[in-house]
Amino acid sequence: MLTIRQYVRAESLEEAYTLAQKRNNMVLGGMAWTKMYNRSIGTAIDLGGLGLDTIEETDEAYLIGAMTPLRVLEQHVGLNAMTQGAVAESLKGIVGVQFRNTATVGGSVWARFGFSDVTTILMALEARVELYQRGVMTMEEFALLPRTERDILVRVIVPKMERSVCYLSQRNTKTDIPVLTCAVVRRGGETFAVVGARPRNAEVYRDTEGLLASGVTEEGACAFGESVARRASFGSNCRAGKEYRQKVAAVLVRRAVLTLDKEG
Amino acid sequence: MEIKLTLNGKKITADVAPDLLLLDFVRDHGCLSVKRGCETANCGLCTVLMDGTPILSCSTLAVRADGHHVQTLEGLQEEAEDFAIFIADQGAEQCGFCNPGFVMNTIALLRENPDPTDEEIKAYLAGNLCRCSGYEGQLRGIRAYLNSRKGV
Repeated sequence: MLTIRQYVRAESLEEAYTLAQKRNNMVLGGMAWTKMYNRSIGTAIDLGGLGLDTIEETDEAYLIGAMTPLRVLEQHVGLNAMTQGAVAESLKGIVGVQFRNTATVGGSVWARFGFSDVTTILMALEARVELYQRGVMTMEEFALLPRTERDILVRVIVPKMERSVCYLSQRNTKTDIPVLTCAVVRRGGETFAVVGARPRNAEVYRDTEGLLASGVTEEGACAFGESVARRASFGSNCRAGKEYRQKVAAVLVRRAVLTLDKEG
Repeated sequence: MEIKLTLNGKKITADVAPDLLLLDFVRDHGCLSVKRGCETANCGLCTVLMDGTPILSCSTLAVRADGHHVQTLEGLQEEAEDFAIFIADQGAEQCGFCNPGFVMNTIALLRENPDPTDEEIKAYLAGNLCRCSGYEGQLRGIRAYLNSRKGV
């Protein structure tokens, strides 16, 4: 059971950061996962009053506030236009509309869930994470931070650029946590894949062997899928075994590469 | 701590514990249509509208409703009446436990998208679980209501 002794609606990031330094204090996201914890929180810190619940657009990037609900990200016209709908595709399988209105981007990213659709698509979009004290870093760098880190996630920055994106996931049943997530991106002649829910944090796999360098063929797509599946590490849990995940990864990457090629 | 909100059109000031869930708050204020179901944010039984947006009250602290408008089925009887009869006509309610959540989310769907396709209905209501019906009855009911509005 979750208990909270005190609730503070932070009036500044500095206030939130100062409060967050105490070990039994906690910054709240959407709470969809947190409320299932069996823990006692000293002070629950709410960033809800800091205007971080929207997506801003600049000439170079989309700035996604940490408190932006997943549903707002899912429905964002600009981000979906830039990714041929891959952002919506990545989020639509997460439980239901009410859940996605409740859960936040910041909560999903900060938690670094090993099953995250959100982390997979943001990593595919080469997003950067802005922390209050540490500043801006890539999603890959952020994934390596120790979980004892007590900084504040302010926003996620998605750079605007020409790219083709295909997002696929495998679920045992609709709206369940994914068995595997996969995004393949083609940008400026380069192709890379992001595979998540392995069930570990998402990771980027580049076409280092040049299997797709001279164009996409069925054989090349298949070889790239096998290559990613060979390089990625997988694990087992109640949803699937690691051998199954490895097979699925090869198939999803191949399908995503071929889909991107077909859709031009 | 003190919160001020509007619940089903009525302004309320209340002193609440920091960890009180919105679900318990609205039930304490007589809104018993809002149910505690899975407690894992999956089933949609606890759906309420916060400023018109469907959210899970089982995962929302009551303090986060401070300054907002919260609606439950008790406050939306008239809007629900329009189509709930079509759902009942299809025998979609068996035990009826999930029904308030379904109705609340259907209200949100139809406000957002007044003429949804079957696929859009399924996608929007995917977060409402029903252990009895298999969902076809609810879908037929909503479709029948939409057709009746178009005079089909």
